[in-house]
Amino acid sequence: MNPQNQTFEASMVRLEQIVRAMERGDVALEESLKLFQEGTELVKNCQKLLDEAQLQVKKIMTAADGSPVEEEFQDEP
Amino acid sequence: MAQTVLSITQLNEYIRSRMEEDPALSQVAVRGEISNYKLYPSGHHYFTLKDENSALKCVMFKGNALRLRFRPENGMKVIAMGKVSVFPRDGAYQLYCTAMAMDGVGDLYAAFEQLKKKLAAQGLFDPAHKKPLPKYPGTIGIITSSAGAAIHDMLRILRKRYPMTRVRLLPVRVQGTEAPGEIAAAIGYANHFKLADLLIVGRGGGSIEDLWAFNDEQVAYAIYHSEIPVISAVGHEPDVTISDYVADLRAATPSNASELAVPDQDALRQSLDAMSAAMASALNRQMKAARQHLNVLSQSPALRSPMGYIEQRGKGLELLKNRLIAAQNQQLTQKNSRYIAAVSKLDAMSPLKVLSRGYAMAQRENGEILRSVRQAEIGERLELSLSDGKLRATVMDKEEGK
Repeated sequence: MNPQNQTFEASMVRLEQIVRAMERGDVALEESLKLFQEGTELVKNCQKLLDEAQLQVKKIMTAADGSPVEEEFQDEP
Repeated sequence: MAQTVLSITQLNEYIRSRMEEDPALSQVAVRGEISNYKLYPSGHHYFTLKDENSALKCVMFKGNALRLRFRPENGMKVIAMGKVSVFPRDGAYQLYCTAMAMDGVGDLYAAFEQLKKKLAAQGLFDPAHKKPLPKYPGTIGIITSSAGAAIHDMLRILRKRYPMTRVRLLPVRVQGTEAPGEIAAAIGYANHFKLADLLIVGRGGGSIEDLWAFNDEQVAYAIYHSEIPVISAVGHEPDVTISDYVADLRAATPSNASELAVPDQDALRQSLDAMSAAMASALNRQMKAARQHLNVLSQSPALRSPMGYIEQRGKGLELLKNRLIAAQNQQLTQKNSRYIAAVSKLDAMSPLKVLSRGYAMAQRENGEILRSVRQAEIGERLELSLSDGKLRATVMDKEEGK
């Protein structure tokens, strides 16, 4: 599970829905205003997630019982 | 003449030792065609190499045979390497083969073609089996060497394009005899523990031998059975391995695998901007349409000149009011004449009118009107009403009529 990525993915999916609905133009003006507000929030949130994202890198090692263990992996000098 | 008599064992042993002392026979390479090929359950291979005129018995023991990169078949032209020695039990000399290469095409290429053909026949490259890649992978499992340049290339690109993802490196050896087993095991392990949404399996460039682990049947099956989608990223652009054929997607290089694995954040930012703009223009369009509708409404007489409209409607109301009053009056006159008619009819039937024609009405003292002689007693006082007044009378006698 990668919550920030999940949020991002869900936001993108929802945004695409909103844009499609608004471009179809078959929602009432009041509803459109609500969608616009929601969409604008989602865009801001996605931009923020991209701005703040930092690639996490872990090395998978095997514990004595065979289960995976994460270890730090330094790839940048 | 005292000749030494040897046992056969002694003689064969003697010949064997002489042969083994000969450096020319301890490391030979010989070209020939395979015949009488037999693979024993022990894992040892027995065959005969021959040319047009001669034959040579050969054996290749299991340990050496495991390193063969192709499956020997009768009729195959090969170069076999090893030492020549005697098998004392049979008194036959033979080539103890330690390595064998295909003659002509090069054994790696032939082995590659052979395995490719076999796996293709088993459906491992079937496009219908290929899984779609996740659009926004949350966790990417990278199966490669933790030491090579490849991992750093891949991470650099991932960091630049889509730092929202997470990387789990499953370090393996990517060349040498242990490599295929480790790569296949890592793919299985990642699946078993659901360690990633997407796997990248690969290594950087090298010689064909260096890349050989990715032309391995075990690796091919591990990729085929992976439930997690796999990108194969082996070597440089022109290198194509069996892994590339089996994988859900082939990347030309490890860096290219990172590019194929994730969306590009620059493109994502652009598409966020585009979606913002699309929402704004859709809303504007709708507002404009609403405004136009409002204009049409405001052009209506009611809104353009409300007083005029009210006056006009007021006149209409006045007309209606007059009509109502007229209708009411007419109805009243009608009702009135019907009333007068009814009153005169009523008057005609009035008892006073009857009295005026000479009749009298007799009442007892309690007001009871007499309709029969039986109602009155003799000596009782009665009141007689006539048209112009009343008489008081006493009953003198009774006589019932017939």
